[in-house]
Amino acid sequence: MRAMAGKTLYDKIWDAHLVAEQDGEAILYIDLHLIHEVTTPQAFAGLRANGRKVRRPDRTLAVADHNIPTEGQGLGVAAVADEEARLQLATLERNVADNGIEFFPMGDVRNGIVHVVGPEQGRTQPGMTIVCGDSHTSTHGAFGALAHGIGTSEVEHVLATQTLRQKKAKNLRVVIEGTPAPGVGAKDFALAVIGEIGTAGGTGYVIEYAGDAVRALSMEGRMTLCNLTIEGGARAGLVAPDETTFDYLRGRPSAPKGGAWDIALASWKTLFSDPDAVFDREVRIDASTIAPLVTWGTSPEDVVPVTGAAPSPDAFASPDKRASVARALEYMGLEAGQPIASAKVDVVFIGSCTNSRIEDLRVAADIVRGRQVAPGVRAMVVPGSGLVKAQAEEEGLDEIFRAAGFDWREPGCSMCLGMNPDRLAPGERCASTSNRNFEGRQGRGGRTHLMSPAMAAAAALAGRIADVRDYLR
Amino acid sequence: MKPFTRLDARAAPLPLANIDTDQIIPKQFLKTVEREGLSRGLFYDLRFDDAGKPRPDFVLNRPEYAGAGVLVTGDNFGCGSSREHAPWALMDFGVTCVIASSFADIFYNNCFQNGLLPVVLKPDEVQDLMGECQGGNHMVSVDLAAQTVTSPSGKVFTFEIDASRKAKMLNGLDAIGETLTAAPDIDAWEARRTLTHPWLEPTR
Repeated sequence: MRAMAGKTLYDKIWDAHLVAEQDGEAILYIDLHLIHEVTTPQAFAGLRANGRKVRRPDRTLAVADHNIPTEGQGLGVAAVADEEARLQLATLERNVADNGIEFFPMGDVRNGIVHVVGPEQGRTQPGMTIVCGDSHTSTHGAFGALAHGIGTSEVEHVLATQTLRQKKAKNLRVVIEGTPAPGVGAKDFALAVIGEIGTAGGTGYVIEYAGDAVRALSMEGRMTLCNLTIEGGARAGLVAPDETTFDYLRGRPSAPKGGAWDIALASWKTLFSDPDAVFDREVRIDASTIAPLVTWGTSPEDVVPVTGAAPSPDAFASPDKRASVARALEYMGLEAGQPIASAKVDVVFIGSCTNSRIEDLRVAADIVRGRQVAPGVRAMVVPGSGLVKAQAEEEGLDEIFRAAGFDWREPGCSMCLGMNPDRLAPGERCASTSNRNFEGRQGRGGRTHLMSPAMAAAAALAGRIADVRDYLR
Repeated sequence: MKPFTRLDARAAPLPLANIDTDQIIPKQFLKTVEREGLSRGLFYDLRFDDAGKPRPDFVLNRPEYAGAGVLVTGDNFGCGSSREHAPWALMDFGVTCVIASSFADIFYNNCFQNGLLPVVLKPDEVQDLMGECQGGNHMVSVDLAAQTVTSPSGKVFTFEIDASRKAKMLNGLDAIGETLTAAPDIDAWEARRTLTHPWLEPTR
């Protein structure tokens, strides 16, 4: 008999949360359920219709983020101009009040994008299982938590049972090693991974990110990396917790305190993949070879170095791929072979659950300081939460952005998905720190180029896609 | 949930890969608090032009595919956002089966919660079926119990599906009700966790 192999981090968290098995499906306990206004109204309606209650309101946290305006939040929900958004926000308020769920309403300094708020409050902790009706829940994997998006029916299931019915995924390890060049960071790592494995390459896997380049990332950087895991098709990404993680968590409002901290810390230190753990697949990336990356097309896998060019359909063998490349070029208003740095931008968006944390804003502000946004470019910064906004203002970052010509806005998902009034007009080209460059994502007919906050800041100054390395201090 | 057993319906070919849920149902339709009525937003940017007029060449606008109950499409269907509005919109439009060579994880899960059957066939089989459905006859049969798809010309393709998911689809079972039969296990798990992870449990 073969000796039993060690466990991966994913295996360990899975095993620790396995409540029961029914019909070959696991019932997995959920430690933290994050909810927001868009994917929950039908779930609460379902509970009411069946006379069911929320099992663990204390393991549930609500924010309003997807459809809120990014100005005038202090005026309250009644002042939200969009009637449907207002109803959805009011519905969330009623549902959380009826069920005793903690809620940071619009305008509360603790409110913001759900994947910024959970970690910031210390609600997100290593070893947890975390779900939310939002695919970028993968973000929380940065803490060594098993975290992924779910649909609204599953939201209802978690509300009612505090569990989820699951099939176990396979293990994929992405090892990123080496020292990145100046101007290259976590967003570039993530785009490099997606470019390597493709947008469906991670389907059916949970990814663990490892290697010295990952270890060297801050928690903000790890969150960016894990956030984009879903764009490679894997529902969850993980980074084993370490001193960086523990330092981030210590003293956060919901982090354990005193003796409880010591007990928690001892437990968290067991959260790593055993040296003899077997991964079903491994991908290795050399961080030292990564250039600042941007997307040229309409899928996050459509990645090129900023020094590169939009591809030609003729470069691809399969007729389907040729057709899809031609379609993406047409949608994006790019010529085959056009240098990507020649593309003029109309809008710059720094924000979203991918890149709206304090470190992201610091990096962008450092590029922008003392310089001016190019004429004709509409540039905006949307901090990830009220607390990020307050911190940035304390550091004077808002003044740097404003002086350069950026619009400094209130927190929310904003132009990442354009559910609120922040949208692209048809044909507008946007340098965006968000996560999806799908057709119409930021507004019907809008053209999105994904990139890091530093690269977006450089694009704002140049008025076109630009190499951040020309703007480093 | 309505059971899914067998479906005889027109199949509409949509030969594109990586159709994301933003394309299936764009953001402006997500502000509803209902599950119904989402068909008006299904494939909105593909179905309608900038003036809001139907694009006559889009497959679901073509009269020969009117009332299509099956969609045949490319790789990685349903990638991107977790929005369950995507399967709701398809169902509301009358599509209760999507056939593709692969699906994105979250969308695939969401289908089973709603009685929408996602069928994975091999890439060459999807090509074959797509080609037939682009011809004059678009009627296909999907038999969940037998795990088969029969093409317009009578070719039979078999597909794999998880046994427990199949059983729930065939019977229209509610997953929450089933999980609640394990409530004593959940209680016991929480009680154990109070001992091992005391910092996660409230002091009552």
